Amino acid sequence: MRGYVILLLVMAVAAGAIRLFGGAPLFSVVWDYAYWIGLVIACAAIVAWIFREFLRRAMPEFIAKPMRHAPLTAAFGILVIFIYAALSIGAPIFAPYGEAEIFKQINVLPGGDPALGGHPAHFLGTDQIGRDILSRLIYGARNTVGIAFITTALSFFIGVTLGFLAATLGGWTDQALSRGVDVLMAIPLLIFALLLMTIASEWSYRSGISLTWFMVMIIAVLDSTRVFRLARAVGSNIVVMDYIEAAKIRGETLGHLVFREILPNAMSPLLAEFGLRFCFVFLTIASLSFLGIGIQPPLADWGTMVRDLAQFINFAAYDPLTASLPLMAASAIALLTVAVNFVVDWMLHNTSGLKE
Amino acid sequence: MSEALVKIRGLSIEGRADEQWLPIVNGIDLDLHRGKVLGLIGESGAGKSTLGLAAMGFTRDGCRITGGSIEFDGVDLVKASVSARRALLGKRIAYVAQSAAASFNPAHKIINQHTEAPVYHKVMGRGESEADAIELYARLRLPNPEQIGFRYPHQVSGGQLQRAMTAMAMSCRPDLIIFDEPTTALDVTTQIEVLAAIRDIVEQFGTAAIYITHDLAVVAQMADDIKVLLKGDEVEQADTRTMLSTPRQAYTKSLWAVRSFQRPTKAPIATKETPVVSVKNVTAAYSGAIKVLHDVSFDIHRGRTVAVVGESGSGKSTTARVITGLLPPLHGHIEFNGSSLPASYKQRSKDQLRQAQMIYQMADTALNPRLRIKDIIGRPIEFYSGLKGNARIARVAQLLEQIELDPGQYMERRPAELSGGQKQRIGIARALAAEPQFIICDEITSALDQLVAEGILRLLARLQDELGLAYMFITHDLATVRAIADEVVVMKDGRVVEAGSKEELFAPPHHPYTDLLLSSVPEMDPDWLTRLLHERGIDNIGDAASAKIASAQ
Repeated sequence: MRGYVILLLVMAVAAGAIRLFGGAPLFSVVWDYAYWIGLVIACAAIVAWIFREFLRRAMPEFIAKPMRHAPLTAAFGILVIFIYAALSIGAPIFAPYGEAEIFKQINVLPGGDPALGGHPAHFLGTDQIGRDILSRLIYGARNTVGIAFITTALSFFIGVTLGFLAATLGGWTDQALSRGVDVLMAIPLLIFALLLMTIASEWSYRSGISLTWFMVMIIAVLDSTRVFRLARAVGSNIVVMDYIEAAKIRGETLGHLVFREILPNAMSPLLAEFGLRFCFVFLTIASLSFLGIGIQPPLADWGTMVRDLAQFINFAAYDPLTASLPLMAASAIALLTVAVNFVVDWMLHNTSGLKE
Repeated sequence: MSEALVKIRGLSIEGRADEQWLPIVNGIDLDLHRGKVLGLIGESGAGKSTLGLAAMGFTRDGCRITGGSIEFDGVDLVKASVSARRALLGKRIAYVAQSAAASFNPAHKIINQHTEAPVYHKVMGRGESEADAIELYARLRLPNPEQIGFRYPHQVSGGQLQRAMTAMAMSCRPDLIIFDEPTTALDVTTQIEVLAAIRDIVEQFGTAAIYITHDLAVVAQMADDIKVLLKGDEVEQADTRTMLSTPRQAYTKSLWAVRSFQRPTKAPIATKETPVVSVKNVTAAYSGAIKVLHDVSFDIHRGRTVAVVGESGSGKSTTARVITGLLPPLHGHIEFNGSSLPASYKQRSKDQLRQAQMIYQMADTALNPRLRIKDIIGRPIEFYSGLKGNARIARVAQLLEQIELDPGQYMERRPAELSGGQKQRIGIARALAAEPQFIICDEITSALDQLVAEGILRLLARLQDELGLAYMFITHDLATVRAIADEVVVMKDGRVVEAGSKEELFAPPHHPYTDLLLSSVPEMDPDWLTRLLHERGIDNIGDAASAKIASAQ
């Protein structure tokens, strides 16, 4: 891994030197990509380093202490998550326009240059019905990330509670819950979600409750099956500990056993899993939205944006900037996924004792 | 005198903990000649394992050698290259670990693991090495030497596996073997077989050995010389007989003195007195038809300690589970102060649960690692007596003082920040917090060093005198029984073999099984093992023991 990074950086430096002196080497396209990729990684590393130094020096001890051993990837991940969180909370401040605000100019190209079909007021252009794309990207963070967070939290609440119950009670409770989960897991998640969402859109129409809430419930329940599996496995390792036996023969209630004795000891694997599952939930929501049955307009959402702007990909040969429009929402998704995984890796490393 | 095989000079090793390097071994010298056995003893944390591994030129992860030299047959292992060291390890230096079960690869047959080193070092061919393995198994008196190697590690017993591992260490006929507590995890009766096997093979091949243990009686049987370590420093070294008869240093004397703790004999129990706990004809089984307990009965009186003794698998801990209600018995019942208790803990009242408490063997798993001491002890106080806030804290402080820990210092700590003995004390405090009449102690000292264990035993004895507690003391260590018990119950295969007061039990005539157990406890006399083997028939110690067990039934 480290070897590849060094190779890439060396190539980037070489490519930069070649650009500076105006040479035209063989495979110039490869050198060019190496230059850009190297530049991006170097910038990310520098920003992450500065951020980590800031946390180490300027923050109180309980934040600074863990950062002393944190790798750059973790610092980068935390920074990105922090930026996303700030953007989604402060969307009305950061976004130049409202998320559903419609302008007269439709399909304005990005770049802001009128000579090339742009408009100075809309830096990233407008979509097919005239909504500002930059504003929708920022609001999209709020909707997609916010809804994914609520869904994951709900999914963990269901999965962890049932999983610990199955581990603690054992016997028939365990059998019933585990086999139920097996049945749910036997059906491919996305197809099952599609099916349920189709049914739910009818319920939503009749009851007047937003389809988004149905989506949160459906994904949370489907995703909780995976959490259940983990919670049951972790729980059954903890349940055999003597301190659980001691609590049992003390006469403690089930609630105390699950939430006071088991949960604190299962916290680290569960937190790490939370990060991973958050990414999966997030991608599921984006996929459903891409297919048109997830988050509904006029709410801005990255999955929907990818779908709406997908046809611009066709312009890639003539105008790379325009073609990158659908990719922006997609990269917003990708960047967050990578960032969350960096942080999760670091936490896993810390808690599992996998030191080198 | 000839040149020493292993020559360690001024060796210092540091280990990394909490972002700093702390010394583990401070400048130790060690000489070991061919064919000699050196015993390394000390408490846990004394650096004996680290020193033993260093004799192979190896340090654990997170440790580093900071000074000194380790010379093996003229080669400096500290400076030697990895490949030079690799040529020695396994071939001329071998290692036998504490837990054979954890050291064998469960996915391969024993003999395949045995032949790995000779084939790799080109000492023997594969077929030749297999034949040699079978011969070694026979010499180590393993049953069925022809076939046993073709089993997987989980298919043979712990004692046999430990002997197979010794055979494996012998596979290249090394000049030096390091034994790291090879019998600590074994029962006394099994321990004898392994000790005899190790001693024989070391003598037969004239191998030098470093024998690491915390059990003085064991090292007395095995070693020619003994080196005592304390916190990384050498206390003293002398030949075994001198060391046992006239230890020079105060620390060594204190180690020797541990076994002297003994409670005075109590007056016999008045016949009319109702026992606190009475186990009545209990037969129990885990799921399935195989019974683990057969018609077990005994009484425990107020202010008395009943020791339940037996090998692993004899049903000692199962009896404890029946008493606490974790395992409802098939037949029979438990009486508490004369009235019958519901079979399952789920049906017992809070007060019934409060009266009987338990202390566990492994303090590490018995205390919730995420809770602070004040909560671990505070929870039963709050749960049973309803005390909250400052009243609860005050009671926790009182209990901590009772177990001789400073409340101000330990209240806010988590279990990981305590030593093994302190954790066990917290376990005792948690049991006391319920204000019980009866406490089950399940092998509570077997994971502790002798000095620490002694402290725990003294504490329990004091608490018994102060609070009139009744103890059921489960153990396989007869030295502990001698120290603390008033009455003894000997168990084997789920049956009570013999029961009675300690004096009756330790005085002959014994039941044959009790006799086997008693005679298997190592004594400090260096000739003890030789004598015992002679008494039992020196040719086949393993078989002799099993024959004796069979006749006991």
